Amino acid sequence: MALQSLDVKNQSARTSTPPTARRTPEVAKLVDVSRCIGCKACQSACMEWNDLRDVVGVQEGSYTSPPDLSDQSWTLMRFHEEERDGALQWLIFKDGCLHCEDPGCLRACPAPGAIVQYSNGIVDFHEEQCIGCGYCTAGCPFDVPRLSGRDSKVYKCTLCSDRVAVGLEPACIKSCPTGALHFGSKQDMLFEAEERLGDLRERGFTRAAVYDPRGVGGTHVIHLLPHGDRPEAYGLPARPKVGLVQRAWRSGLARGVGVATLAGVLVAGLLHYMRYGPLDVPPGDRPDGEVKP
Amino acid sequence: MSTRDGDLILRHTNAVRVTHWAVAIVFTALFTSGLALFSPFFFWLSALFGGGPLLRFIHPLAGVALVLTFYPYALSHLADNRWLPADSRWVRHMFAYMRKEHADVGETHKYNAGQKLMYWSMLPLIAVLAGTGVLLWQPWFAPHFSAGVRRLAGLVHAACAFVMFVGIGIHVYAAIWTEGSIDAMIRGTVTRAWARFHHPAWLREVGGKDEP
Ligand code: HEM
Ligand code: SF4
Repeated sequence: MALQSLDVKNQSARTSTPPTARRTPEVAKLVDVSRCIGCKACQSACMEWNDLRDVVGVQEGSYTSPPDLSDQSWTLMRFHEEERDGALQWLIFKDGCLHCEDPGCLRACPAPGAIVQYSNGIVDFHEEQCIGCGYCTAGCPFDVPRLSGRDSKVYKCTLCSDRVAVGLEPACIKSCPTGALHFGSKQDMLFEAEERLGDLRERGFTRAAVYDPRGVGGTHVIHLLPHGDRPEAYGLPARPKVGLVQRAWRSGLARGVGVATLAGVLVAGLLHYMRYGPLDVPPGDRPDGEVKP
Repeated sequence: MSTRDGDLILRHTNAVRVTHWAVAIVFTALFTSGLALFSPFFFWLSALFGGGPLLRFIHPLAGVALVLTFYPYALSHLADNRWLPADSRWVRHMFAYMRKEHADVGETHKYNAGQKLMYWSMLPLIAVLAGTGVLLWQPWFAPHFSAGVRRLAGLVHAACAFVMFVGIGIHVYAAIWTEGSIDAMIRGTVTRAWARFHHPAWLREVGGKDEP
């Protein structure tokens, strides 16, 4: 990797081991949902830094705008409305890539190097290697990557890998006015999250929890959820994981056995031919005479 | 074709041979492009298709071409591939046949049981490959299906493709092994002796019309 601070520790469809000599601390973004006011500063900052402009849509009866993640919207404030005990609640959630430690997209991708995972934990798409098959969109447990209709490449949050590489924090972090967004080493962020979790619980959110799902090996975007017992209310899967079907589908082992079997068929053919020779018409039966068997 | 009288027997008509090779060429394209996606070990095959994105674009189109060439071909061969009691006997003595112990396999019509098994396995296999292929087909069809459906489709597609790789591998080897059968698929004819040895019942059926 050209940028030394972005050593690649894993890449899609790889056949060799990436470099591991240097050690880099793992980074993480902490999203304290309890402090988010839904101002969308982060959303704007993301557009600014990454030069993204989504189409201007129409009001669809929700503050969520644009209506969905896209190749031009890598982070999106989702406004989940719910009525509980007669009161309206707004569960505001910053949607986007969670940068899994065990990324389903990377496992699914058949194009070498189209998806990389840096040693700091960031999962990044290299669009110039992407072939547009969309496997990653099937493999992501959080429904994050978006295939662009413009160029058939997939886009998502980079966790501002370009900024992080030179020691800056992601653009969204810089813009947050309430301190809901934090960035640092994963260890520090987990520590910070635990502290805030204590505060939240004292304030009566007894079910609050840190969302750092084990099923995907933990994530490099962790959430502090006031209603931690119901991640679905924020649009998050309760137990995200790379499922059995996908493991079987993109299993390196199964594919290795498959390729070996193909080679085996070839070898079996050669050996058979060497042992038995061609199945030719017996000499007595040649060429067109009416030889009785 | 001018040959000595009665020497050669027509086995595959012009139309059948042309379609067969069309299917073969399309399959080769699917095989090589599919293999590139199947295993990173073979991703270099994408160079044959002008790179990954073009490969990704061409593969499903080749899939459609396969459906359009294979099924007319296959349906026209339906009658010749009906399973007969003699075929079960052939299967029981399959390994003897592979050891060239020919005596036990009995009456063979236009296709032997091995060829029929190949035929009957390809009919559903290609249908499943086509169906699951459509579910995976970006950007036109896949967006209409959930991630779960596409993962399953991917698994089934890859598994069926693997079975087909092996199946066609056996088919190609059997053709190479059985001297004269590739010639037959290229020029269309076989010798009377060949027919008598490999497909005696068929020879009796077509015995009257020898001319190519
Ligand atoms: C008959 C119609 C077919 C269609 C519509 C189709 C379509 C597709 C699509 C859409 C993909 C995903 C990659 C891409 O977008 O290009 C794919 C992958 C693949 N196809 Fe096909 N295909 C067909 C037939 C076949 C056949 C006959 C074979 C081989 C015998 C084959 C082998 C493969 C393989 C090995 C993959 C990669 C699967 C994986 O590794 O998960 N396909 N196909
Ligand atoms: S769409 Fe691109 S990034 Fe996604 S799996 Fe396919 S090649 Fe990989």
